[in-house]
Amino acid sequence: MSERQVMIITGTRKGIGRHLAETYARRGFIVEGCSRGDAGWEAENYTHHNVDVADEKQVRTMVAQVAKRHGRIDVCLNNAAVASMNHVLLTPAKASNRMLEVNVTGTMLFCRETAKVMMRHKYGRIVNFTTIVAPIALAGEAVYAASKAAVVTFTRILAFELGQWGITCNSFGATPIMTDMIRGVPQDKIDAVVNNLAVKRLGTYEDCSNVTDFFISRSSDNITGQVIYLGGVT
Amino acid sequence: MDRAIAVDIVKACLKEGLEQAGTPVERIDEDTVIVGPSAVLDSIGVVSLIVDIEQRLQMDHDVAVTLASEKAMSQKNSPFRTVGVLATHIIDSIEQGEAA
Repeated sequence: MSERQVMIITGTRKGIGRHLAETYARRGFIVEGCSRGDAGWEAENYTHHNVDVADEKQVRTMVAQVAKRHGRIDVCLNNAAVASMNHVLLTPAKASNRMLEVNVTGTMLFCRETAKVMMRHKYGRIVNFTTIVAPIALAGEAVYAASKAAVVTFTRILAFELGQWGITCNSFGATPIMTDMIRGVPQDKIDAVVNNLAVKRLGTYEDCSNVTDFFISRSSDNITGQVIYLGGVT
Repeated sequence: MDRAIAVDIVKACLKEGLEQAGTPVERIDEDTVIVGPSAVLDSIGVVSLIVDIEQRLQMDHDVAVTLASEKAMSQKNSPFRTVGVLATHIIDSIEQGEAA
Protein backbone atom coordinates (compact mmCIF):
# COMPACT_ATOMS: atom_id res chain seq x y z
CA MET A 1 0.00 0.00 0.00
CA SER A 2 1.22 3.46 -0.85
CA GLU A 3 2.64 5.53 2.02
CA ARG A 4 1.42 8.74 0.42
CA GLN A 5 -2.16 9.98 0.31
CA VAL A 6 -4.05 9.08 -2.84
CA MET A 7 -6.47 11.56 -4.32
CA ILE A 8 -8.99 11.31 -7.14
CA ILE A 9 -10.06 14.51 -8.87
CA THR A 10 -12.64 14.62 -11.64
CA GLY A 11 -12.61 17.10 -14.49
CA THR A 12 -8.87 17.75 -14.51
CA ARG A 13 -8.30 18.67 -18.14
CA LYS A 14 -8.56 22.39 -17.43
CA GLY A 15 -9.78 25.07 -15.06
CA ILE A 16 -10.22 24.44 -11.36
CA GLY A 17 -9.70 20.69 -11.70
CA ARG A 18 -6.35 21.11 -13.39
CA HIS A 19 -5.24 23.65 -10.80
CA LEU A 20 -6.16 21.30 -7.97
CA ALA A 21 -4.47 18.32 -9.64
CA GLU A 22 -1.26 20.25 -10.25
CA THR A 23 -1.29 21.75 -6.75
CA TYR A 24 -1.77 18.50 -4.87
CA ALA A 25 0.59 16.54 -7.14
CA ARG A 26 3.25 19.17 -6.45
CA ARG A 27 2.65 18.77 -2.73
CA GLY A 28 3.33 15.04 -2.94
CA PHE A 29 -0.15 13.54 -3.17
CA ILE A 30 -0.63 10.74 -5.67
CA VAL A 31 -3.24 12.33 -7.90
CA GLU A 32 -5.40 10.38 -10.32
CA GLY A 33 -7.59 12.57 -12.47
CA CYS A 34 -10.03 12.18 -15.28
CA SER A 35 -11.84 13.90 -18.09
CA ARG A 36 -13.63 12.68 -21.17
CA GLY A 37 -10.55 13.25 -23.32
CA ASP A 38 -6.80 13.38 -22.85
CA ALA A 39 -5.54 15.85 -20.27
CA GLY A 40 -3.18 17.59 -22.66
CA TRP A 41 -0.74 18.19 -19.81
CA GLU A 42 1.46 16.08 -17.58
CA ALA A 43 2.92 16.32 -14.10
CA GLU A 44 4.92 14.20 -11.72
CA ASN A 45 2.61 12.24 -9.37
CA TYR A 46 -0.31 12.70 -11.77
CA THR A 47 -2.05 9.98 -13.80
CA HIS A 48 -4.84 10.73 -16.20
CA HIS A 49 -7.82 8.54 -17.10
CA ASN A 50 -10.22 9.10 -19.99
CA VAL A 51 -13.54 8.71 -18.23
CA ASP A 52 -17.06 10.03 -18.66
CA VAL A 53 -18.12 10.55 -15.03
CA ALA A 54 -21.72 9.70 -15.91
CA ASP A 55 -20.71 6.26 -17.19
CA GLU A 56 -21.04 3.81 -14.31
CA LYS A 57 -18.78 1.15 -15.80
CA GLN A 58 -16.01 3.61 -16.63
CA VAL A 59 -16.13 5.10 -13.12
CA ARG A 60 -16.00 1.66 -11.51
CA THR A 61 -13.07 0.65 -13.66
CA MET A 62 -11.09 3.80 -12.89
CA VAL A 63 -11.63 3.60 -9.14
CA ALA A 64 -10.81 -0.11 -9.12
CA GLN A 65 -7.57 0.56 -11.01
CA VAL A 66 -6.56 3.27 -8.56
CA ALA A 67 -7.40 1.10 -5.55
CA LYS A 68 -5.50 -1.83 -6.98
CA ARG A 69 -2.45 0.26 -7.85
CA HIS A 70 -2.15 2.11 -4.54
CA GLY A 71 -4.20 0.05 -2.07
CA ARG A 72 -5.99 3.14 -0.79
CA ILE A 73 -7.98 6.23 -1.73
CA ASP A 74 -7.93 9.06 0.81
CA VAL A 75 -9.54 11.97 -0.99
CA CYS A 76 -12.10 12.44 -3.76
CA LEU A 77 -12.72 15.89 -5.22
CA ASN A 78 -15.78 15.87 -7.47
CA ASN A 79 -15.15 18.85 -9.67
CA ALA A 80 -16.34 17.67 -13.11
CA ALA A 81 -19.44 19.45 -14.31
CA VAL A 82 -21.20 20.69 -17.40
CA ALA A 83 -23.30 23.81 -17.69
CA SER A 84 -25.65 25.05 -20.35
CA MET A 85 -26.64 28.60 -19.71
CA ASN A 86 -30.01 29.24 -21.20
CA HIS A 87 -33.38 30.60 -20.36
CA VAL A 88 -35.41 27.62 -19.17
CA LEU A 89 -37.89 28.22 -21.99
CA LEU A 90 -35.05 27.57 -24.42
CA THR A 91 -33.46 24.61 -22.66
CA PRO A 92 -33.66 21.29 -24.54
CA ALA A 93 -34.38 18.16 -22.51
CA LYS A 94 -31.16 16.62 -23.78
CA ALA A 95 -29.08 19.46 -22.31
CA SER A 96 -31.01 19.22 -19.04
CA ASN A 97 -30.51 15.46 -18.80
CA ARG A 98 -26.81 15.74 -19.53
CA MET A 99 -26.34 18.30 -16.73
CA LEU A 100 -28.13 16.03 -14.28
CA GLU A 101 -26.18 12.98 -15.45
CA VAL A 102 -22.77 14.59 -15.17
CA ASN A 103 -23.30 16.89 -12.21
CA VAL A 104 -25.48 14.70 -10.01
CA THR A 105 -25.09 11.09 -11.13
CA GLY A 106 -21.40 11.54 -11.90
CA THR A 107 -20.80 12.92 -8.42
CA MET A 108 -22.84 10.12 -6.85
CA LEU A 109 -20.92 7.43 -8.76
CA PHE A 110 -17.50 8.70 -7.68
CA CYS A 111 -18.67 9.12 -4.09
CA ARG A 112 -20.07 5.60 -4.09
CA GLU A 113 -17.07 3.90 -5.58
CA THR A 114 -14.38 5.80 -3.68
CA ALA A 115 -16.27 5.44 -0.40
CA LYS A 116 -16.19 1.66 -0.82
CA VAL A 117 -12.39 1.84 -0.79
CA MET A 118 -12.24 4.49 1.97
CA MET A 119 -14.47 2.36 4.22
CA ARG A 120 -11.86 -0.37 4.45
CA HIS A 121 -9.37 2.07 5.97
CA LYS A 122 -11.93 3.94 8.07
CA TYR A 123 -10.77 7.22 6.59
CA GLY A 124 -11.80 9.44 3.71
CA ARG A 125 -12.39 12.99 2.56
CA ILE A 126 -14.98 13.77 -0.10
CA VAL A 127 -15.51 17.28 -1.44
CA ASN A 128 -18.29 17.87 -3.96
CA PHE A 129 -18.29 21.04 -6.00
CA THR A 130 -21.40 23.15 -6.15
CA THR A 131 -21.91 26.78 -7.18
CA ILE A 132 -23.10 30.05 -5.76
CA VAL A 133 -25.62 30.37 -8.59
CA ALA A 134 -27.90 27.97 -6.69
CA PRO A 135 -28.29 30.06 -3.50
CA ILE A 136 -28.37 33.37 -5.42
CA ALA A 137 -30.96 31.92 -7.86
CA LEU A 138 -29.29 33.28 -10.94
CA ALA A 139 -31.65 33.62 -13.91
CA GLY A 140 -30.41 31.75 -16.96
CA GLU A 141 -28.91 28.88 -15.02
CA ALA A 142 -31.99 27.13 -13.68
CA VAL A 143 -31.09 23.53 -14.49
CA TYR A 144 -27.39 23.93 -13.75
CA ALA A 145 -28.20 25.54 -10.40
CA ALA A 146 -30.79 22.86 -9.65
CA SER A 147 -28.25 20.12 -10.37
CA LYS A 148 -25.74 21.76 -8.03
CA ALA A 149 -28.38 22.27 -5.32
CA ALA A 150 -28.97 18.54 -5.63
CA VAL A 151 -25.26 17.97 -5.05
CA VAL A 152 -25.43 19.93 -1.78
CA THR A 153 -28.40 17.93 -0.48
CA PHE A 154 -26.82 14.68 -1.63
CA THR A 155 -23.60 15.57 0.18
CA ARG A 156 -25.35 16.47 3.42
CA ILE A 157 -27.07 13.10 3.51
CA LEU A 158 -23.95 11.28 2.35
CA ALA A 159 -22.15 12.73 5.36
CA PHE A 160 -24.61 10.94 7.64
CA GLU A 161 -24.41 7.69 5.69
CA LEU A 162 -20.61 7.54 5.65
CA GLY A 163 -19.69 9.24 8.92
CA GLN A 164 -19.42 5.99 10.82
CA TRP A 165 -16.51 4.95 8.62
CA GLY A 166 -14.47 8.09 9.22
CA ILE A 167 -15.41 9.60 5.87
CA THR A 168 -16.28 13.30 5.76
CA CYS A 169 -18.36 14.77 2.94
CA ASN A 170 -18.60 18.48 2.24
CA SER A 171 -19.56 20.84 -0.56
CA PHE A 172 -17.87 23.92 -1.88
CA GLY A 173 -19.29 26.67 -4.06
CA ALA A 174 -16.87 29.10 -5.66
CA THR A 175 -17.68 32.57 -6.91
CA PRO A 176 -17.29 33.05 -10.70
CA ILE A 177 -13.80 32.20 -11.90
CA MET A 178 -12.72 33.00 -15.44
CA THR A 179 -12.79 29.41 -16.70
CA ASP A 180 -14.16 28.11 -19.99
CA MET A 181 -17.43 27.37 -18.23
CA ILE A 182 -18.32 31.03 -17.85
CA ARG A 183 -16.43 32.46 -20.80
CA GLY A 184 -19.65 32.55 -22.80
CA VAL A 185 -21.56 34.44 -20.12
CA PRO A 186 -22.06 38.16 -20.96
CA GLN A 187 -19.71 40.44 -19.00
CA ASP A 188 -22.56 42.56 -17.60
CA LYS A 189 -24.09 39.44 -16.10
CA ILE A 190 -20.81 38.45 -14.44
CA ASP A 191 -20.36 42.02 -13.17
CA ALA A 192 -23.86 41.97 -11.68
CA VAL A 193 -23.09 38.77 -9.79
CA VAL A 194 -19.73 40.05 -8.54
CA ASN A 195 -21.21 43.39 -7.45
CA ASN A 196 -23.67 41.56 -5.21
CA LEU A 197 -20.96 39.65 -3.40
CA ALA A 198 -19.55 40.69 -0.04
CA VAL A 199 -16.08 40.53 -1.57
CA LYS A 200 -16.45 42.16 -4.96
CA ARG A 201 -14.00 40.28 -7.10
CA LEU A 202 -13.86 37.21 -9.29
CA GLY A 203 -12.79 34.00 -7.62
CA THR A 204 -9.36 32.50 -8.09
CA TYR A 205 -8.03 28.99 -8.30
CA GLU A 206 -6.24 29.58 -5.01
CA ASP A 207 -9.61 30.38 -3.38
CA CYS A 208 -10.64 26.85 -4.32
CA SER A 209 -7.57 25.03 -3.05
CA ASN A 210 -7.78 27.05 0.17
CA VAL A 211 -11.20 25.56 0.88
CA THR A 212 -10.28 22.03 -0.23
CA ASP A 213 -7.16 22.23 1.98
CA PHE A 214 -9.44 22.83 4.95
CA PHE A 215 -11.91 20.09 4.09
CA ILE A 216 -9.31 17.41 3.35
CA SER A 217 -7.11 18.13 6.34
CA ARG A 218 -6.75 15.20 8.74
CA SER A 219 -7.72 17.65 11.49
CA SER A 220 -11.11 18.25 9.81
CA ASP A 221 -12.50 14.92 10.94
CA ASN A 222 -15.45 16.63 12.63
CA ILE A 223 -16.22 18.90 9.67
CA THR A 224 -18.84 17.12 7.59
CA GLY A 225 -22.14 17.77 5.86
CA GLN A 226 -21.16 21.40 5.43
CA VAL A 227 -21.23 23.73 2.47
CA ILE A 228 -18.89 26.67 2.08
CA TYR A 229 -19.72 29.38 -0.43
CA LEU A 230 -17.19 32.06 -1.23
CA GLY A 231 -17.81 35.77 -1.41
CA GLY A 232 -20.29 36.03 1.45
CA VAL A 233 -23.00 33.97 -0.21
CA THR A 234 -25.04 31.80 2.18
CA MET B 1 -15.49 -18.58 -10.33
CA ASP B 2 -16.44 -21.74 -8.49
CA ARG B 3 -19.43 -21.47 -6.17
CA ALA B 4 -17.44 -22.98 -3.28
CA ILE B 5 -15.02 -20.04 -3.52
CA ALA B 6 -17.93 -17.60 -3.43
CA VAL B 7 -19.27 -19.33 -0.31
CA ASP B 8 -15.85 -19.06 1.35
CA ILE B 9 -15.63 -15.35 0.50
CA VAL B 10 -19.07 -14.66 1.96
CA LYS B 11 -18.26 -16.65 5.10
CA ALA B 12 -14.92 -14.91 5.58
CA CYS B 13 -16.36 -11.41 5.08
CA LEU B 14 -19.31 -12.16 7.34
CA LYS B 15 -17.06 -13.56 10.06
CA GLU B 16 -14.85 -10.47 9.88
CA GLY B 17 -17.85 -8.12 9.92
CA LEU B 18 -19.40 -9.83 12.93
CA GLU B 19 -16.12 -9.79 14.83
CA GLN B 20 -15.63 -6.11 14.09
CA ALA B 21 -19.17 -5.41 15.31
CA GLY B 22 -18.40 -7.32 18.51
CA THR B 23 -21.11 -9.90 17.76
CA PRO B 24 -19.28 -13.03 16.60
CA VAL B 25 -21.35 -16.18 16.07
CA GLU B 26 -20.24 -19.73 16.78
CA ARG B 27 -20.91 -21.18 13.37
CA ILE B 28 -21.42 -19.72 9.90
CA ASP B 29 -22.80 -21.98 7.20
CA GLU B 30 -24.82 -21.61 4.01
CA ASP B 31 -28.05 -21.29 5.99
CA THR B 32 -26.84 -18.42 8.18
CA VAL B 33 -29.39 -15.62 7.75
CA ILE B 34 -28.04 -12.23 6.63
CA VAL B 35 -31.27 -10.36 5.86
CA GLY B 36 -34.67 -10.82 7.50
CA PRO B 37 -35.94 -12.22 10.80
CA SER B 38 -33.15 -13.78 12.90
CA ALA B 39 -30.50 -12.10 10.74
CA VAL B 40 -27.03 -11.92 12.23
CA LEU B 41 -26.43 -8.39 10.86
CA ASP B 42 -28.21 -5.06 11.12
CA SER B 43 -28.91 -3.01 7.97
CA ILE B 44 -25.60 -1.13 8.08
CA GLY B 45 -23.82 -4.42 8.66
CA VAL B 46 -25.38 -5.73 5.44
CA VAL B 47 -24.14 -2.64 3.54
CA SER B 48 -20.63 -3.21 4.89
CA LEU B 49 -20.75 -6.89 4.02
CA ILE B 50 -21.79 -6.29 0.41
CA VAL B 51 -19.11 -3.63 -0.09
CA ASP B 52 -16.51 -5.84 1.56
CA ILE B 53 -17.36 -8.75 -0.72
CA GLU B 54 -17.27 -6.53 -3.83
CA GLN B 55 -13.89 -5.15 -2.78
CA ARG B 56 -12.47 -8.60 -2.03
CA LEU B 57 -13.65 -9.92 -5.40
CA GLN B 58 -12.02 -6.95 -7.08
CA MET B 59 -8.74 -6.90 -5.19
CA ASP B 60 -8.09 -10.62 -4.68
CA HIS B 61 -9.78 -12.15 -7.72
CA ASP B 62 -9.79 -9.30 -10.25
CA VAL B 63 -13.55 -9.64 -10.60
CA ALA B 64 -15.57 -6.44 -10.94
CA VAL B 65 -19.17 -6.98 -9.99
CA THR B 66 -22.03 -4.87 -8.62
CA LEU B 67 -23.95 -7.03 -6.19
CA ALA B 68 -26.55 -4.35 -5.48
CA SER B 69 -27.56 -4.10 -9.12
CA GLU B 70 -30.91 -2.75 -10.22
CA LYS B 71 -32.11 -6.27 -10.95
CA ALA B 72 -30.93 -7.60 -7.60
CA MET B 73 -32.57 -4.80 -5.65
CA SER B 74 -35.92 -5.27 -7.37
CA GLN B 75 -36.19 -9.01 -6.72
CA LYS B 76 -39.07 -10.19 -4.55
CA ASN B 77 -36.74 -12.30 -2.43
CA SER B 78 -33.53 -10.62 -1.35
CA PRO B 79 -30.46 -12.11 -3.04
CA PHE B 80 -28.61 -11.36 0.22
CA ARG B 81 -30.85 -13.34 2.57
CA THR B 82 -28.49 -16.18 3.48
CA VAL B 83 -24.85 -17.05 2.96
CA GLY B 84 -25.76 -19.66 0.36
CA VAL B 85 -28.20 -17.44 -1.53
CA LEU B 86 -25.67 -14.60 -1.59
CA ALA B 87 -22.96 -16.93 -2.90
CA THR B 88 -25.27 -18.03 -5.71
CA HIS B 89 -26.07 -14.37 -6.42
CA ILE B 90 -22.34 -13.62 -6.70
CA ILE B 91 -21.88 -16.38 -9.28
CA ASP B 92 -24.97 -15.25 -11.21
CA SER B 93 -23.80 -11.62 -11.18
CA ILE B 94 -20.35 -12.59 -12.45
CA GLU B 95 -21.84 -14.72 -15.23
CA GLN B 96 -24.27 -11.96 -16.24
CA GLY B 97 -21.42 -9.47 -16.23
CA GLU B 98 -19.36 -11.72 -18.47
CA ALA B 99 -22.29 -12.15 -20.82
CA ALA B 100 -22.95 -8.40 -20.99
